[in-house]
Amino acid sequence: MTRLNLNTTDIIKGVLSFLFFTALFLSCESNATPENSSQKIDASEIAVQGEMTAELTAPPKVPKPIGSRAATKLIVDMEILEKEEEMTDGVTYVYWTFGGSVPGSFIRTRIGDEVEFTLKNHPDNKLPHNIDLHAVTGPGGGATSSFVAPGHQTTFSFKALNPGLYVYHCATAPVGMHIANGMYGLILVEPAGGLPEVDREYYVMQGDFYTKGENGEQGLQAFDMKKAVDEDADYVVFNGKVGSLTGDNAITAEVGETVRLFVGNGGPNLVSSFHVIGEIFDKVNVEGGDMINKDVQTTLVPAGGSAIVEFKVDVPGTFILVDHSIFRAFNKGALGMLTVSGPENASVYSGKQQEGIYQPEGGTIQEMPDEGLVNKSPTKALTLTEKMKLGKTVYDKTCLACHQPTGRGITAAFPPLAKSDYLNEDVDRAIGVVVNGKSGEITVNGEKYNNIMPKQVLSDREVASVMTYIYNSWENNKTEVSESDVARVRNSH
Amino acid sequence: MKRISFIVLSIFFIQTNFLAQDMPAMKRINGGDFVPLYGSNEARVSVETFLLDIYPVTNEQYLSFLKTNPKWQKSKVISLFADKNYLSKWENDLSPNKEALPNSPITNISWYAAKAYCDCIGKRLPTMDEWEYVAMASETKRNAQRDSLFNQRIIESYETPQTYKKEVGSTYKNYWGIYDMHGLVWEWTSDFNSVLISGESRKDVDTDKSLFCAGGSVNATDLMDYAAFMRYAFRGSIKANYCIQSLGFRCAKSLKK
Ligand code: HEC
Ligand SMILES: [Cu+2]
Repeated sequence: MTRLNLNTTDIIKGVLSFLFFTALFLSCESNATPENSSQKIDASEIAVQGEMTAELTAPPKVPKPIGSRAATKLIVDMEILEKEEEMTDGVTYVYWTFGGSVPGSFIRTRIGDEVEFTLKNHPDNKLPHNIDLHAVTGPGGGATSSFVAPGHQTTFSFKALNPGLYVYHCATAPVGMHIANGMYGLILVEPAGGLPEVDREYYVMQGDFYTKGENGEQGLQAFDMKKAVDEDADYVVFNGKVGSLTGDNAITAEVGETVRLFVGNGGPNLVSSFHVIGEIFDKVNVEGGDMINKDVQTTLVPAGGSAIVEFKVDVPGTFILVDHSIFRAFNKGALGMLTVSGPENASVYSGKQQEGIYQPEGGTIQEMPDEGLVNKSPTKALTLTEKMKLGKTVYDKTCLACHQPTGRGITAAFPPLAKSDYLNEDVDRAIGVVVNGKSGEITVNGEKYNNIMPKQVLSDREVASVMTYIYNSWENNKTEVSESDVARVRNSH
Repeated sequence: MKRISFIVLSIFFIQTNFLAQDMPAMKRINGGDFVPLYGSNEARVSVETFLLDIYPVTNEQYLSFLKTNPKWQKSKVISLFADKNYLSKWENDLSPNKEALPNSPITNISWYAAKAYCDCIGKRLPTMDEWEYVAMASETKRNAQRDSLFNQRIIESYETPQTYKKEVGSTYKNYWGIYDMHGLVWEWTSDFNSVLISGESRKDVDTDKSLFCAGGSVNATDLMDYAAFMRYAFRGSIKANYCIQSLGFRCAKSLKK
C-alpha cells in the first residue's frame, strides 16, 4: 500500500514537472515554479566517499554498472565537438555533439553521487553551448552555469537526487536547432546497490533530422529551419545516423541472455513508438522512472524522455528495432538490429525463422497454407502490359515497404532491386527468393546483406507479374517471367 | 580587375605604412534607423553616419601592429587583457597561424586587443547597433531582414566549420560595399555584452517572448530571429578577455561633426 502511494506521488510529480517543462516551451508564462515534493529517501543526506572519474561511452555502449559502490564524487569531463559526419551513404551533416557522438556520451552515476561536471567547448567550434541535465534539480538543470564560449570550459557540481534514466541536452538559443543538430544524450542515476544485473546493456537514442535536401539527396546537407519548425523530418534515426545499428553495427546477444536497452529520444520533435520486432519487453521502466510495466509490446519514448526496456532472448535470429510509426523505420532510417546467436529453441519458437520479420501493413497475408493458392489463378496467360500493371500493384502492396518505392532498398537492411546484379544473374534463383523466402548472407551490387526476406504468399500469377515488373523497371534486364516459370521453381523446392 | 588591384594596393599600403592606413579601406555608411533585435521588438534604434572597414582585420595587418606594439605580442600580453587562447596558433610572437593565410581574418584576439588595435590607428570598434545595421544589408538591399533566403544563408554560414581560414573578401559584398559581414568570423563590437542574453533559452523567455510563442510555420521574420539569436547568444557567452578561433574584428570611425 505504501509502495502504491509512493508510486502515485511519483507519477503525479512526473506529470507536474512534465507540464511545467512543456509550459515553458509552449506558453509565454515563465514564472511557474517547479514542484518540490519530498523525496522518498533524502538523497541529499547521502555522504560521499572518495572520488573517481566517470567512464563515458559512445553509443551503443554503456559504462560499467555502479554495482555496490558507495556514493562518491564523480568527475565528468565532456567535450563539445562540432563536426561533419555521415548521415547515410553519400550524405553528410555538421553534427554538434557532446563527446563526439550522437547521442552524446552515456553518463552513469548513482543516487547520492556528487557530480563535478566540466564542459569544454572545443576551440574549433563556432558556437556557444551549454548543458541541461534533466537529472539535475536546480534552475535550468545546470544550463545557466554551464554556458560556455568556444575555446573555453566551465565546471559546475550537482548531487544526483533521483534515480532514473534522464535526458541531457543543449539549451542554448535557438534551443531547437542545437537539439536538432544532435546535442542530446542520456545520464543514468542508479539506485543504491545498482540496477539488477543483466547480461547485456546497450544505449539507443532516437533523433529526427531536418536537411535542406530531401532524404537521400547527396552531399553535405545543411540544417533546414523551416522543415524543423514544420516537423517535417527527412531522417528519423537511432544513434545519429542511418545504419548505426544495422549490418556489422548490429547489437548482439546470445540465446538465453537478458538484454537491457537504455532508450532515449532527443527529438527535437517526434515521439517514438519504440518496438522490437519479434520481442515482448518483459519489463519496462516507463519513461525511465520508477514505475515498471510488464509484457509490453511497444513503449512510448517522449522527445526529451526515455525508457529502460528489458527482455530475455529465447531464440536465435535478427530482431529489428523500430519506431513503430513505421514509415519512419522503413523510409527515414529508424531501424536497428539485434542479432541473437545460439541454438534454436523449438519449444519457444518452431518453424522457419520468423522473428525479425516485419510484415508490412497491407501486405499479402502470410503463412496461410500454400496449397490451394498455387493453382487458383485463371488459366489464360497475361500479356506483358497486364503483368506490368498487376506487378506494380503487387509490388506497391507487398515489396515496397522493404525494397523502397524505386527499388533502391535500404543500406545494410534491404538489398536493392534496381540494377541488381543478383537479380539479373539468375531468374530462377530470384523467383525462389520470392516464393521460398531467403535468409543468410548474400551479396548484391558489391554490398553484403544478411537478413531475412519472408516467404511471400502470392499466387503464381502475382509472382510472375511482380517479377516481370521488377525486371522491366529500374534498369534491369527486361526478362519476362511466366506463370509456368514460377510453378517450376516452386515445385523444385 | 580594377578592384583586385585596388585591394592589392591597399594591402601593400597598409603593410608598409601601418599607421597611415586610413580612408581607402573604409566605406561611408549613411545613418538611419532600424529594429535591431527580433522581429517583434518595437524599439527602433538610430545610427549616425559613420565609416566602417571594408574587410575584417587580417593576420598580416595584425602582425604589423604587433611589430610596432610589442606589448600586445603573445609572450608579453597581460593576462588580464587576453586569456591563454590569445593568438593560440601562432608559433611565436611574430609568426602567424600557419593554418590560415596572411589575408585571412585575425582571430583569437581579445576585445582589449581589438580595441587597442583600432585606437592605435585613430579608429574604434563599431557599436553593436552599428554593426547590426550594416549586417542586415544583403548584396542589393539596405535592409534584408525580411529576406528569407538571406537569413537562411546566414544561419547556414554560422554552422559551417572553419570559415576563419578563408580570406577576407571571399564571401559577399553588401549594399554598402562592405565585405564578409556574415560567413567569415564573428566580430567584436564595442558594447558586445550590452544585451543580456544568457543563451539559456528558457531564461531568455523574458527577454524575447516572441521567439518561443511564435506559432505556425516559420517565416522570414522567424529566420531573422533565429540568426540574430545565434549572434546574441554568442555575444552573451563571451567576456572581454576571451580569445576565440572564430572571432575577429574590424574597425569603425566616426565622422567629424
Ligand atoms: C520484410 C521485408 C521484405 C519484403 C516485404 C520483401 N523483401 Fe525481398 N528481400 C528482403 C531482404 C532482407 C532480402 C535479402 C535477404 C538476405 O539477406 O538473405 C531480400 C532479397 C530479395 C531479392 C534478392 C536480392 C536482390 O536485391 O536482388 C529479391 C529479388 C527480392 N527480395 C524480391 C522481393 C519481392 C519481389 C518482394 C515482394 C513480393 C519482396 N522482395 C518483399 C526483404 C524483403
Ligand atoms: Cu548547443
